[in-house]
Amino acid sequence: MDLTFLLMTLLKIVLICFVFAMILGAILTWGERKLSAVVQDRIGPNRASILGVTALGLMHPIADMLKAFTKEDFVPAGANRFLFAMAPMLAMVPPLVVFAVVPFGPGPDFVIAPLDTGVLFIFAIGGMGIYGATLGGWSSNNSFALLGSLRAAAQMISYEVSMGLNLVGIFMIFGTVSLSNIVLGQGQLLWGWLPMWGIVVQPVAFILFMTASMAENKRAPFDLPEGESEILGYNLEYSSMRFALFFLSEFVEIVVIAAMAATLFFGGWQIPWVDPQGTAGGWITVGQVAAFVGKVVFLCWVQLIIRWTLPRFRYDQVMALGWKYLLPLSLLNIVATAVVLAML
Amino acid sequence: MTAELLIFYFMAIMAVGGAVCVVLPPFGRNPLHAALALLVSFFFVAGIFVMLSAHLVAVLQILVYAGAVMVLFVFVVMLLNLKKDELKGARWTPWKVFGVGAGLVMFTKLALAVVVVTEGETPVNLAAEGFTGYGGIHDVGAALVTTYLLPFELTSILLLVAIIGAVLVARRQTGGAS
Amino acid sequence: MTGVPLSHFLVLAVALFTIGAVGVVTRRNALVALMSLELMLNGVNVAFLAFARWRGDALANAAVFIVMAVAAAEVAVGLALVIALFRHNRSVDLDEATRMKG
Repeated sequence: MDLTFLLMTLLKIVLICFVFAMILGAILTWGERKLSAVVQDRIGPNRASILGVTALGLMHPIADMLKAFTKEDFVPAGANRFLFAMAPMLAMVPPLVVFAVVPFGPGPDFVIAPLDTGVLFIFAIGGMGIYGATLGGWSSNNSFALLGSLRAAAQMISYEVSMGLNLVGIFMIFGTVSLSNIVLGQGQLLWGWLPMWGIVVQPVAFILFMTASMAENKRAPFDLPEGESEILGYNLEYSSMRFALFFLSEFVEIVVIAAMAATLFFGGWQIPWVDPQGTAGGWITVGQVAAFVGKVVFLCWVQLIIRWTLPRFRYDQVMALGWKYLLPLSLLNIVATAVVLAML
Repeated sequence: MTAELLIFYFMAIMAVGGAVCVVLPPFGRNPLHAALALLVSFFFVAGIFVMLSAHLVAVLQILVYAGAVMVLFVFVVMLLNLKKDELKGARWTPWKVFGVGAGLVMFTKLALAVVVVTEGETPVNLAAEGFTGYGGIHDVGAALVTTYLLPFELTSILLLVAIIGAVLVARRQTGGAS
Repeated sequence: MTGVPLSHFLVLAVALFTIGAVGVVTRRNALVALMSLELMLNGVNVAFLAFARWRGDALANAAVFIVMAVAAAEVAVGLALVIALFRHNRSVDLDEATRMKG
């Protein structure tokens, strides 16, 4: 446990959690508004400027932050002050911690903690996100907020089940739950030419995983815990930076889902047919890290498109989808994978 | 005092502190506060598991206890939404004082016993032959599907029975005799 | 990780178990009683894993896994019972659950 190791780890945490995840999350708030504008044939945010530079509206996240910081920090009467203050932090921290096991490039240098239990760790920490939403609603002393947090708890715990089961197929094929090893496994070639990416060998699991994880993130079309048009949701009493934390945590979760999907289904840092063991070093390694970041940005964009093009579900439909369709389908997927693997 | 010992003391004190907060009336009067205190305790117990090289079990501790069991507790507490008068609080009766006293006696006896019995025990060297991967997913998984295959399968049946039982007990009776 | 003697882990296990036991015996709120049960199980798990680590026995990890599964099943049924109890009595106080007829 020498000093260089500690300093390197700290540097990695700052680079990955704060520079990569938080800034990408902030840019996504801009991306979401710009994309919705494109979908609805509008121009979108374009006014905020620093010394006349608008940069396509990219100054808006900065303006939003300044606004959030300067607004009144309101605590409703009868609220549980301690839990009310804790809830936004509990929502924000788990998605950032998850990045500890995501490999950004080949070898142990590009991951904060190369755990053997990688994916399980992500599920364990990711499951903590429920507490932010539920406690936020409960501590607000507001019936609508409580309703929102009950919905959030029920929805998230339901979809976590199928989210986990979807990945069992991947574990069976690559024989590991360590993210670094799964990425290495995806460097193999199928029939000598097709990269063995997760989406190639487990296409059904990819669709189910994206559905379940978007439901886990509580965004439209699964935004029932927030339910803007009926109950306003668990964060209804929040204002200023506390609200902004809930808001930003959703966007960081988009990045988390994109990073997980890129790692498990799109080969992580692998560039097809180039240096599958990740031992080349030099510019190839730079290219591999860039490939990972590119995949993450692409999958973020996919999630935003889904959010702005699909209609919302009703609450009973969300529950039915989770338990009656996703869960049996992911179990079937496991059985099918097992049969195929046994025959090979 | 080594760094390990310091970390152990910190985690043990947090785990026991959380546990005390669950049980002690002023804090644990509200079931939600008790649940959160228990959550803190579980987290630090998971840390203790990591110190014992049981990495898989530590992750499962957070996954199962903190991620599922405690969410269920919090969910039920919020669902019942107990009002202040239903919570009446804990009254100190002579029997409860007796219960706490008995607990203290039990703790002293057991703690003294384990300290005496385990004097001078040294752990196996995990770096040695045959112990690589101890507590990892391969090691524990292999044990579950070989030596413990029958208990493992029975556990799944138990879980199934528990699911059905829970649904049956908790569901509202519609129609019929209710 | 051998800087901590075995007795420390076991005293921690005993402490968790005892606190849980006291909670089960003294608290009348059904929810808190269930939580105390979980604490007792956790204490047992700590002891289990401590002995396992000192003997290098991988099987104990699997046993703890099964204990966790049983605990989860117990909580599911227990909470269902608490909800049913609350429906009948409008209270989760164990002392008030004295009627045999629903």
